Amino acid sequence: MKDYIIDIQHLSKSFGDKKVLDDINLYVRRGEFLTLLGPSGCGKTTLLRMIAGFLQPDEGVILLDGKDIAGIPPHQRPLNTVFQRYSLFPHLDDYDNIAFGLKLKKTPEEEIDKRVRKVLKLVAMSDYEDRDVETLSGGQQQRIAIARAIVNQPKVLLLDEPLAALDRKMRKDMQIELKEMHKKLGITFIYVTHDQEEALTLSDTIVVINEGRIQQIGTPTDIYKEPVNAFVADFIGESNILKGRMLRDRHVAFIKHEFDCVDEGFGEDVPVDVVVRPEDIYFTTDPAKCQFKAKVNSCIFKGVHYEMWVDTDTGYELMIQDYDPYPVGSEVMLYIDPDDIQVMKKERRANTYPAKVIGYGKVEFLDTEFECDTEGFEEGDDAIATIRFEKVDLLDHDEDADLTGNVVFILYMGDHYHLTVKTETGENIWVDTNDIWDKNDYVGIKILPKDIQLTKPEKKDA
Amino acid sequence: MMKNRTRIFARIYIWLVLAVLYAPIVFIAIFSFTEAKSLGNWTGFSFQLYKNLFTGSMQNSSGLLSAVENTLLIALIASVIATMLGTIAAIGIYNLKGRKKNVMTFLNNIPMINPDIITGVSLFLLFVFLHISQGYTTVVLAHITFCTPYVVLNVMPKLSQLNPNIYEAALDLGATPAQALRKVLVPALRPGMISGFILSFTMSLDDFAVTFFTRGTIGLDTLSTYIYTDARKAGLTPELKPLMTILFLIILVVLLVINIRQSKNNNK
Amino acid sequence: MRKRSSWALPYFIFLVLFVVLPLLLIVVYSFQDNSGHFTLGNITKFFSDGDSLSTFALSIEVAIENTILCILIGYPAAWILANKQLNRSAVTVVLFILPMWINALMRTLATAELFNMAGIPLGKGTLLFGMCYDYLPFMIYPIYNVLNKMDKSYAEAAQDLGATPGEVFRKITLPLSMPGVMSGVMMVFMPTVSTFAISEFLTNNKIKLFGTIIQENINNSMWNYGAALSLIMLVIIGITTFLQGGDTEEAASGGTI
Repeated sequence: MKDYIIDIQHLSKSFGDKKVLDDINLYVRRGEFLTLLGPSGCGKTTLLRMIAGFLQPDEGVILLDGKDIAGIPPHQRPLNTVFQRYSLFPHLDDYDNIAFGLKLKKTPEEEIDKRVRKVLKLVAMSDYEDRDVETLSGGQQQRIAIARAIVNQPKVLLLDEPLAALDRKMRKDMQIELKEMHKKLGITFIYVTHDQEEALTLSDTIVVINEGRIQQIGTPTDIYKEPVNAFVADFIGESNILKGRMLRDRHVAFIKHEFDCVDEGFGEDVPVDVVVRPEDIYFTTDPAKCQFKAKVNSCIFKGVHYEMWVDTDTGYELMIQDYDPYPVGSEVMLYIDPDDIQVMKKERRANTYPAKVIGYGKVEFLDTEFECDTEGFEEGDDAIATIRFEKVDLLDHDEDADLTGNVVFILYMGDHYHLTVKTETGENIWVDTNDIWDKNDYVGIKILPKDIQLTKPEKKDA
Repeated sequence: MMKNRTRIFARIYIWLVLAVLYAPIVFIAIFSFTEAKSLGNWTGFSFQLYKNLFTGSMQNSSGLLSAVENTLLIALIASVIATMLGTIAAIGIYNLKGRKKNVMTFLNNIPMINPDIITGVSLFLLFVFLHISQGYTTVVLAHITFCTPYVVLNVMPKLSQLNPNIYEAALDLGATPAQALRKVLVPALRPGMISGFILSFTMSLDDFAVTFFTRGTIGLDTLSTYIYTDARKAGLTPELKPLMTILFLIILVVLLVINIRQSKNNNK
Repeated sequence: MRKRSSWALPYFIFLVLFVVLPLLLIVVYSFQDNSGHFTLGNITKFFSDGDSLSTFALSIEVAIENTILCILIGYPAAWILANKQLNRSAVTVVLFILPMWINALMRTLATAELFNMAGIPLGKGTLLFGMCYDYLPFMIYPIYNVLNKMDKSYAEAAQDLGATPGEVFRKITLPLSMPGVMSGVMMVFMPTVSTFAISEFLTNNKIKLFGTIIQENINNSMWNYGAALSLIMLVIIGITTFLQGGDTEEAASGGTI
């Protein structure tokens, strides 16, 4: 048995029809700084509130020190929370806010005093004990909120986007202080944020969550260097995400060039996705080192480095970050280290949906009726409908559209965009397009009969 | 999560308090359908009192209908004027700064804090002092006095929600100040004006003490003063029972409609 | 924008004429005798008149008792109404504040008639009971407003720090709802002291409250003494408003009617 303080198994939660968490499996090591990272609405706060006890899971268990804590109300859980908007009690001063938990436990007055002063010192607020909480700045309120939680010596400290309301400079300072506090206290921190930079700075372990599912669990380096899918690669840091083909072990082709890499075991001639971080593409003046040529089409100073977009000789657009600028229009020679090429298994190659043939030349999937070739199928047959990404047309109106949806995720793939469109019934359609759409755009979706391919479903009983 | 026992207990408590709160009103309503003079004396079901009320054929008190008329008219005039005065005042106060603003806010609060009797007595002394003969006009003026602060209070929050530039934007687009006021400012403030108007109207309807002191001796009666004199004289005019029932139903319907509409708007 | 501040001027003049001047007149008349000469007689008359003093004391006593009764009955009701787990319907809330909008004299008369019908003799008991009827919604409404707007995360934070539901209520909800209770006190206490018709109806003229003697003096053309009694009431209002912090309007006005 490993030393897990929290072990979450098969946790699911729905609000009405909407599934906010879907089969979450996660353990937290004693004493680690674990971050739940994801875009807003991904379910990370819901997960935190279930650990704190403010919400009950629909399915699954949360084990604390090996014991199921389902029936234990929040006030009996040995956990404390730092809330998003601090939630300091306005009718109590700083001292009484911090002493609140200890007084409830009937701690002797002397000990309360000792411990409150100790945490006030820890959060660098020693002179503020008699202040009214409403007169404090955001950063100071945050320190008091942290002090109020840690003075109770919880087994786990839960932090719900505690720095979200602070300005950038203050946020940076507080990040460093939080990290130091974690070291000094030695208690487990579970931290919720949507800020990837914050997560990379603070955490021992990052859990990337999207749409209620865990995408990847790993150290900041793992997550940054070896994202498991396009979502993680795109969400954490800047990246060039490109379509590629694994030719054989340690050999991959993308942007119509061949590269050496370090990945193995994908098989031969298999489609893959490739991630290259912009700081991992290097300029060279040595023709022997050059792997491909490109022309600089923009160059912007970003404070520390320059961010450049280049057009490769094969017609792809890549982002490069470098300390030295290259003038717009100049021809450059580039190379990538094998180590810096991250190859990912393709999550999907085409849209596939379970379908039902409802008549001659008519088929139904995604709750919509489509026309297509039904050769070899009888009315009432089950089938699988396959539509290639580039065969889905998006319209900016819903006239003549087969169905409608909203753009929920956009990925630039070097020479086209890969969009995730959520239909009104909550299904995803993936689309490759050269048109520019924005996130949350309302779109009409059109699929031509000739682009729908029907295949027989695999028989389960065979 | 809440225990079921708590829930049941809470429900019983709420309905018990409501039952006690509504008992008198319900009894009045029930006994409006019989002809007996005193409450609790059931002499068989009858619409007679309702008939009397609407035909105005009451045995001893023809004053009731004119009292109702006065009440409604005074409430209407007072709340219309209060709404106009209060809205203009709110815009003015909103644009005041520092000490002047504090003074106006303080003055505006006085009529709301003062009990009715103080407002009534003080206005009575004013009219005596200025040798103004009391009657319809003084009652209306008095009602405007205690209604306007509530209009100001309801319009103020709408002003702070307002984008301060929209008035200037309207002028910039070629509107005259009057047009800007009518087409931009008033629509934005309308919800506050309406709730201020409704509040004024019902408070005016409800008032007794202020009317009592400012109506003079010309025999002007509103519903409240009529009930007061009536009850002191000989006992209730039986036709009051159907009148109370009807008024109660109107208020019930109006309030429910307003609240349901509001919660629908909030959900949008 | 600058010019629009002058829009406050008409209302300022109106307030001076119909609010400030009348209140000053109360002070002036209090210190005058019938012929308009300065005198302290009206004030000394009150403090030497046993009847007036005992009526005054009784009014204060009834008002305090009524206020406490309203808090005891009204607070739990407001708390239940504001609790989303116990009450989901906005209609219940409307039902509670609805009586506020019905003519107080009508309600009081109905209450008195109900006592008559039940054969309960009118007196101090019925007075308190009837007053509580009349003023309960005025107590419930501001408390409900404050509780309803209260940030739920305070209760969660307290729970998180180890407070049981009972402790959350005692240490967080109750102290944070005090502004609502204070508004309720303002809306119940002063009107109770100053009512006149209501007490007459509910006790069949057996018990006089302070409001009644003011009214009797004014009606009998003893304006100066009536003004002096009003002045005493004004002083009490000043004291209570000062003690309460003077911030009544927020809790009393906000939200749905």
